[in-house]
Amino acid sequence: MADTLFNKIWNAHTVKEIEGGITVLYIDKHLIHEVTSPQAFKGIENRGVPVFRPTQIIATADHNVPTVNQHLPIQDELGRLQVEKLIENCKNHNIELYGLGHPYQGIVHVIGPELGITQPGMTIVCGDSHTSTHGAFGCIAFGIGTSEVEMVFATQCVMQSKPKTMRINVDGFLGEAVVSKDIVLYILAQITASGATGYAIEFAGSTIQNLSMEARMTICNMSIEMGGRCGLIAPDETTFDYIKGRQFAPINEGWDAALEKWKTLYSDDDAVFDKEIFIDAKDISPMITYGTNPGMGISINAVIPEINAITESDKAGFTKSLSYMGLQAGQKMAGQKIDYVFIGSCTNSRIEDLRLVANFVKGKTKSADVEVWIVPGSKQVEQQAIEEGIDKVFIDAGFQLRQPGCSACLGMNEDKIPAGKYCISTSNRNFEGRQGAGARTLLASPLSAAAAAIAGYIVSPNSFKGEA
Amino acid sequence: MEIIKNQQSIKAPNSLFGGRGGCGIVRSSFIPLNIENVDTDQIIPARFLKGTTRDGFGKNLFRDWRYANDDEQYPKIDFVLNQPQYKGEILVAGKNFGCGSSREHAAWAITDAGFKVVVSSFFADIFKNNALNNGLLPVIVSNNFLQKIFLQSNDATLMVDLEKQMITIDGTNDTEPFEINSYKKTCLLNGYDDIDYLLGMKNEIEEFELNRM
Ligand code: SF4
Repeated sequence: MADTLFNKIWNAHTVKEIEGGITVLYIDKHLIHEVTSPQAFKGIENRGVPVFRPTQIIATADHNVPTVNQHLPIQDELGRLQVEKLIENCKNHNIELYGLGHPYQGIVHVIGPELGITQPGMTIVCGDSHTSTHGAFGCIAFGIGTSEVEMVFATQCVMQSKPKTMRINVDGFLGEAVVSKDIVLYILAQITASGATGYAIEFAGSTIQNLSMEARMTICNMSIEMGGRCGLIAPDETTFDYIKGRQFAPINEGWDAALEKWKTLYSDDDAVFDKEIFIDAKDISPMITYGTNPGMGISINAVIPEINAITESDKAGFTKSLSYMGLQAGQKMAGQKIDYVFIGSCTNSRIEDLRLVANFVKGKTKSADVEVWIVPGSKQVEQQAIEEGIDKVFIDAGFQLRQPGCSACLGMNEDKIPAGKYCISTSNRNFEGRQGAGARTLLASPLSAAAAAIAGYIVSPNSFKGEA
Repeated sequence: MEIIKNQQSIKAPNSLFGGRGGCGIVRSSFIPLNIENVDTDQIIPARFLKGTTRDGFGKNLFRDWRYANDDEQYPKIDFVLNQPQYKGEILVAGKNFGCGSSREHAAWAITDAGFKVVVSSFFADIFKNNALNNGLLPVIVSNNFLQKIFLQSNDATLMVDLEKQMITIDGTNDTEPFEINSYKKTCLLNGYDDIDYLLGMKNEIEEFELNRM
């Protein structure tokens, strides 16, 4: 029978279906970090049960770590305790930890793929909503709460209702300076921040197929911002080439066997989705958000909608949002002054993102009024940037190249944007206070962030070359 | 505020729903949070996620909406949680409640602050699971019904009956059925948790692992 990619993977991991449509789903890989795991470890210890499959778990420290002087003890006491707790828990339960100082350390959703841990056809969970990132490899990957982290520790399974399926097709060629972040911000602006709630999303179409793995990850990463349970893309030669030779990728006969299996992972031609959406790539231009959810995005050269263009039930939220952001309905976004530029997070902190920024800023210097933080997603990305000399380009431009971690994505560690300040950010959430209490976040692509860093204000990267 | 214990719950002393005391019915006044897309960063900002236990998150619930300059000396008087006329064990919020981060701390903060039920026309997936796993009942109502609740005065009460899957506005007798997964309902009413269930399936899980080798 014709089936979707999602169903094929789901069914292959169904241990049992129980009452009320709940599935006991087997999990291949479980990624953990310091913030959402301590209570789960405590939970199984209180129950007196061991970690069931410790070799299927990988740990890293990312959310709470400083991004300067990582060789020194963490200054924030509670943050340090959380990281120490992770070290202790991993030691006690024989779990592999890529903590601070380890050459593999980094943001959990950056290191999984780059180490070859993330592979097609897998089920992957993590106590973090952006686990959807891993779906770019053709796996079912989703965020879970701490009670579910405890379930996976105890039994390597979670209990989930099966989501409906949605396919988002993007076809055609992208315009100048339009990159994958713009695609996903555009989709969000079309379907809203709750447009995919209850669905597993498959991204398909020629535009998606032409993207690199890193660009695909940016799109799947933000599936959760549409409310999607997960987002996935059928694996192809691009996927296989990316995985081959990575630290934990299968080798020799193992590789051949894996490849044979991976090649069966696609939605059949006549598979039926509960919902389909079609997007023409030529309609997409460089995007920016103006509000406090990721669905509130517009083309950089467009104006913020007028209040009468907003549906009745959204009016109150729209007004609240603009007042938080200090912006006006009908205002142009291009020209809006900014104070900070943050290039990082599990959405856009990979080597391709850094290269894109470096190419744009080479030979230019940042605007005197802005502070620019570049935060690589992992030690390996940082290392590669240094090998390629990208670090020098950033330093010459007046940018700060910091050490790997979640950094200013979430206002938890020391990297926070001060209240009232504007930050153009390559991260995934512009919620109130996300980057620090009172901080005003404008989400955009790394290219648009780079252009703003040079200009000192929001500007479309296709009209601004930075010579001015 | 009045809580009725029904037969079912008395048989199940460990029930989480109804504040670990066990009850299938909650009747209470409610706090109206008439805002859509309330994300978990608002429910509990990231800087308060540094705890390593599940307790104590309630005092920072909606922290940045409650206090100016992050200072408890300066409560924002226009925020409902700071208005003494609003109280109760039921939180009523606009659509797409709990979107964003998967942090279970959001559910912990809400239960720690004394809520037993959250009502909205739409919940984000992960939040809904987190709530259910912590004995916090998410009740999904129609938009119409939600708006009716928001029109009630501050002393109005709601009755949520999990057994019958019904929510009622006491004063007007408006009633609406709500959906809940039957397995989750059984868990809530009887105080079962998923981990116990899964631990009981260990043999089946091991067999599954062997069969897919
Ligand atoms: S970078 Fe941001 S979104 Fe990604 S895992 Fe870290 S905190 Fe979450």
